[in-house]
Parts: sequence; C-alpha cells; structure tokens
Amino acid sequence: MQLPDAEKLAQTMAQQLGPYLNANSALVGMHTGGVWLAERIHALLGKDIPLGTLDVSFYRDDFNQSGLHAEVAPSDIPFDVTGRDIILVDDVLYTGRSVRAAMNELFDYGRPSSIMLAVLVDRGGRELPISSQVTGAVLALAPDQNIQLNRDPQGRLSLSLRQITA
Amino acid sequence: MAFLSRNPQLNQHGELQHLLTIEGLGAGMVRHILDTAQSFVSVSEREVKKIPLLRGKSIFNLFFEPSTRTRTTFEIAAKRLSADVINLNINASSQSKGETVLDTVDNLAAMQADMFIVRHAQSGAAHFIAGHVAPHIHVVNAGDGRHAHPTQGLLDMYTIRHYKQEFHNLRVAIVGDVLHSRVARSQIHALTTLGVPEVRVIAPKTLLPAQVERMGVQVYHDMAQGLKDVDVVIMLRLQNERMRGALLPSAQEYFKSYGLTQDKLALAKSDAIVMHPGPMNRGVEIDSDVADGNQSVILPQVTFGIAVRMAVMSILAGSKQ
Repeated sequence: MQLPDAEKLAQTMAQQLGPYLNANSALVGMHTGGVWLAERIHALLGKDIPLGTLDVSFYRDDFNQSGLHAEVAPSDIPFDVTGRDIILVDDVLYTGRSVRAAMNELFDYGRPSSIMLAVLVDRGGRELPISSQVTGAVLALAPDQNIQLNRDPQGRLSLSLRQITA
Repeated sequence: MAFLSRNPQLNQHGELQHLLTIEGLGAGMVRHILDTAQSFVSVSEREVKKIPLLRGKSIFNLFFEPSTRTRTTFEIAAKRLSADVINLNINASSQSKGETVLDTVDNLAAMQADMFIVRHAQSGAAHFIAGHVAPHIHVVNAGDGRHAHPTQGLLDMYTIRHYKQEFHNLRVAIVGDVLHSRVARSQIHALTTLGVPEVRVIAPKTLLPAQVERMGVQVYHDMAQGLKDVDVVIMLRLQNERMRGALLPSAQEYFKSYGLTQDKLALAKSDAIVMHPGPMNRGVEIDSDVADGNQSVILPQVTFGIAVRMAVMSILAGSKQ
C-alpha cells in the first residue's frame, strides 16, 4: 500500500485550518504523534497561536483492562482553556476513544468555547460518535494493520504501516 | 522452591502488584514511578485536580500507628485519582477489642477493598498482609517498624531529581538517627539503586545499625567532615524517646554535635538542598534558620509526595491479576 507523504498532508491541513483561526484559537496536540503534528502545523501557520500538549493516559477507558501506559508524558496546557476555540490535533483517528479521553481532560482545565478535531489520517473503525473537521487523508485499513506517525532526527514526519501479530 | 526466589512485590508478568520496599525493585522500576509521578504533578496544578483513573475503587488507609502527613497525603492522592478512601485508625477500634490483623483485613476485603495502605509499628506487617490478601488486592507499605517507608524514599528521590536532575554525580549525606529510621533505609536503597556514587551517613555510633556500611554507605561521626562538599543533606527526625533509652545524653548536646545550623550547612556545596521527612524537631536536629532558609526543600517534598503516591497507586491498580 502506498502511504501518503505526511509532510504534504500537514501542509494541506495547515491550509484547511486557516479559515477556522481567530484570536481565541489554541492548538493542542495529543501524545505522541499528535504533538509532532501540532508542532509542525503551528510552524507552518506561522502565527502567534498558543500550543499545548495532552497525554490522555489518565483518562483512557481501558485502564481496568490494560493498566497505565508504560510511558506517560505530562500534559502541558500553558494557557487558560476557558473561552478558547481549541483545535485538537492527533495523528490517527480510529475508534474515537482517545479523542473522548482528550475532551474529558480538556474540560478539567476549563470550559472551552469550542473544540474541533484535526487529524492526519482517518482510518475508519469508529466506536464512538466522533468525527474530524480537518482531515489529511482517509485510508481504509484492516483491524490487524497499525498505522503510525514517525519523526526522524531531522524532524521530518512520515507514516509507516505495520502488521499486528496476534 | 519458586516462591522463595520470587519478589513478593511483583506479579508473574513482572509488574508491581504491591509496594513493600524499594530494596530489589531495580532502577528501571524506580525511574518509571518517578516519571509517572511527574505527570501527576501537572494534574495538581490544574483547576480540577482530579482524574477519573481509580473511579469505583475503594482504598483503605489502614493505620495501626498514628500519622498525620503520610495518611493525609495518601488520602489526598487517592481522592485526586477519584477513588473512595476509608480511613481506619485501628488503635482506637478493633485491635483494642482483640481482633487480629488478618481478621481486620479479611473483614475489609469483604467490604470490597481494592487497596490497603498499611502503617504498622512491626517490621514486616505490610509483607504479611500482602501475602494473605486475594490477588486482586494491592498493598502499599506506608511504614513498617524500622524496616521500610518506600513512598517516602521515592518522594525524596523525586525531590532530588527535581532540583539536581541526575543522580550519577551526587554526594548525599543522611544525618541523624539511622538506627531507628525506616525512612533512612528506604532512602539508602533508593539512592544506591539509582546510582548515586557517594551516600554518607552521619551519626553518633549509638544511632547507627551494626554494619551499616554493608548497605553501600560511608560512615561519618563528625558533621564537619561528613557534610563537606555534599549536594544533598537529608536530616532525620530524632525521636524524643531515644533520650530516655540512654542512647543520647540530651537534646541540647545532640543539637550541638549533629543539629544542622547555617554554619554547618556552609560546609556543603553552596547549592546544596536540605531535606527532612518530617515531623521536624526544631532546635534538636535542625535549626529554624535552616528549616525555613532558601536551601530548604522540606515543603516541596510534601507536595511532591502527593504526586508520587498517585503514581504508585495507579501503577499498582493497573497491574494485571
């Protein structure tokens, strides 16, 4: 399968986000791939928009099955969430459970005016009523396929596909 | 016999099921706990200082020995994780009516307990309870006799890392009543596990355990020598009852030799931090000028203690059965 170029997708996303931006906007990237993508989009937009990061490990709905993730990073929201128009950024939209967790966490920081979702890849397979407003690419993937975003030492973003072995 | 070689704190997947002592945990696990705690520090700085991780879980604070700070910080930590917390002051209830520890534990387990935070005057009490409970129940040692106080040791490591970043280049001095101190034992295990190259203990001979140097520490009896060029000074509480046991002549005399004053602290590195697990005896082991001075990190220790206990409880609750 030919995967799209993540760098080009990020540029398209930045262009699509343009009309949504206002003085109240803030970008929030979800760990780990979403943070890289949010940083890239932030740089491409070249505007003075606050940028935060979320690690949703503490809000996941599978804690009782899977426990705590091996590596939890601190969430960092360096602005007042109340009244903000938040653009939530993630690399892959799949079941929608991480996005639900992220929204729950954001509301513990304050009451945003709005939240929209921007993702690099929508791979289908939703289990919750969640959709993205800005989407880099739509890919139909099988459940045993795992797509992930990578960042090389030079900071270049790329997508890779992996077969999950049971 | 398999059970003899098995670490009773770990389950068959190598995950932490109970936290009983830092001894034998390994640097990877200790760092994992500190890293996880770092994420919880940011939770405590938010408007809503609560996360839903342990919603529906019941945590019993089982204190057979009085404590204010440790019990309170465990309670706050559990509440910030959305668990239900039940505080039991056992001295005042069942034990005075003659119930055994295991009967108390069984009764609480029948009330659907998920975790016990245990403080007991007997060394090994938390191990004993951990060996008895059903596999889905977790036990945290909140201090057992002279043996261990692992969450205190961990929060001290968190504090040191916060101010000094790394462990491999540090010189740390632990001063005072090492003999009776479970805190000192946990600190020594944690410091050596994390690769601190020089751990010193400074105390009169009467307040040091026999062969303490076998724990990997250097022994000093003189403050001026022991404090020279250290990065971290950890003061221990001198329990007043030791005076009666004829281990020490008087509190005044102890302060003269082993109390931390600004003059003695000046022998350490200029950016040395001063720690104390509390409760402090001002004018016995530490001078008020030092306790309230700009090198003191005694109150941040308390704050970090909440995040470290949140990390420990969530790691335990998330381990597989």
